[in-house]
Amino acid sequence: MENERITKGIIGTYRVLIVLCVLIVIISIVGLYFFEKKDSKFIAIPEEEIGQSEVANGIHLATGFIEAPGMQETIANCTTCHSSQLVIQNRMSKQAWHATIDWMQETQNLWPLGDNEEIIIDYLVKNYPSTKKGRRIKLQVEKWYELTE
Amino acid sequence: MNRRKFITKGAVVSMAALTGIEFVFGNNIPFGYTPLVFQQPDPFTLFNKDKRMSVLNNKPWNIEAKAHLLDDQVTPNKFMFIRNNGIIPEQIDTKKWTLTIDGESVKIPITFSLQDLKTKFKQYTYQLTLECGGNGRSEFDPPAKGNQWTIGAVSCANWTGVRLKDVLKEVGFSDDAVYVGYHAADQHLSRNPKKEPISRGAPMAKALQDETLLAFQMNGEDIPLAHGYPLRLVAGGWPASVSGKWINRISVRNKIHDGPKMGGSSYRVPCKSVAPGEKVTDEDMCIIESMPVKSLITYPMSGAMLPIERSLKIRGHAWAGELEVHKMEYSIDFGSTWTTCNIDKPVNRLAWQHFNANITFPKVGYYEVWARATDSQGNSQPMLVPGWNPKGYLNNACHRIAIKIT
Repeated sequence: MENERITKGIIGTYRVLIVLCVLIVIISIVGLYFFEKKDSKFIAIPEEEIGQSEVANGIHLATGFIEAPGMQETIANCTTCHSSQLVIQNRMSKQAWHATIDWMQETQNLWPLGDNEEIIIDYLVKNYPSTKKGRRIKLQVEKWYELTE
Repeated sequence: MNRRKFITKGAVVSMAALTGIEFVFGNNIPFGYTPLVFQQPDPFTLFNKDKRMSVLNNKPWNIEAKAHLLDDQVTPNKFMFIRNNGIIPEQIDTKKWTLTIDGESVKIPITFSLQDLKTKFKQYTYQLTLECGGNGRSEFDPPAKGNQWTIGAVSCANWTGVRLKDVLKEVGFSDDAVYVGYHAADQHLSRNPKKEPISRGAPMAKALQDETLLAFQMNGEDIPLAHGYPLRLVAGGWPASVSGKWINRISVRNKIHDGPKMGGSSYRVPCKSVAPGEKVTDEDMCIIESMPVKSLITYPMSGAMLPIERSLKIRGHAWAGELEVHKMEYSIDFGSTWTTCNIDKPVNRLAWQHFNANITFPKVGYYEVWARATDSQGNSQPMLVPGWNPKGYLNNACHRIAIKIT
């Protein structure tokens, strides 16, 4: 029962998604048609697209990426199949990112990245540098608390 | 950003997406992902998980527990980690669900309905430890790629189903059988229907163990969707990726199974140990089988403060892959001296074991309680992160909690 509910939830989500995509297409085409010749300031950008470009404290809100050169390329090429979270939690060298991209292209259907490959890797290496952890990291304590029992 | 340009590209991208053409080529527009408001619903509600669980990744879904959340002797769903390589199946009709046994070593493939499996074979329940091969990956240096699991990708639940060996014997297989490989209903992240996200398996010896199940229940209920509903292969003590979810086919192979995530650096480690960061060729990588000895202090949560007059009760679980834990110890002086804990026998083979101890501290100050399990072959957990490997598997370094005595 519960599983069916979850399944329905997922289907529901995708339905909403399809409807949304169709809407965006229509709005975009209408928008293009209308504003082709006039240089209007009032282009109807769907609300959710505005939300997607919002940045606060240097963080792109929709993805969690650090706002910096190369972020757009990274979002466009790296978040179609998997989430931005998978990228953000990793720390790799240039060479290791190259190898990871090769692996994704060989086995995971990633398309050729062309010039974007260097842009993306530069962005990742610069904004998500690896830190030396040594053989064991210092024990982190989330919060100290009185043990009552 | 130029608004006109933005919207033009947006339109192109949208249309391309609808017509199924790869749409990222040449477009630098952030349109490849679902708008935030329409992203998958709250995972804690969606999967019935406790809100204190850590979401590592939402596409694919990967969620882990924290040590103190794993205090139950039998892990309930709400604290069970989720590891996915692909997209969770979206439509499951249990009436039509079938399991086919085929492969080079099977003369005549047979297909069973779920009902066949449930009625034709005797059912068994075992408490089985499932730990992600990459649990602890976050500690490796140089870093290993993938989900950065800390310590919470382990569980030990009750699994009910039929023995894989009973089903395989009913179908029959020839002497040249080497390995079983599973196939499942999950989708590849690229949504290419021809690609399987993961198809792993186990050698015949593991496949034919009493505890290797084709399970349809977890903790007495239908298996939750995220954990393999309606049918899961469960092979306790081995990397949890051997325990394939949403299983619809098992191939009895006359060679080591070669499905996705069986080769390269996936679930494999260097056959001979290497220096941190060293490049290892595919030929020098070996498939992980039994998981190593490990333990977790599940009570108290790290960061406890208590007065010197009081003693500290600790408890937790220990497990050792195919083996049993024979000794459990703790240290409060950074490994200088070790004291033995009480440890229970496992309720069945491949179940984790529960330990406890009562600790008194000599004086006020900062302490770390370290826990160390030793398996039946005399292997103990290391204090430091063990041998580096390209994908950061098998980190069984001792678990530590911080304590302040006031």
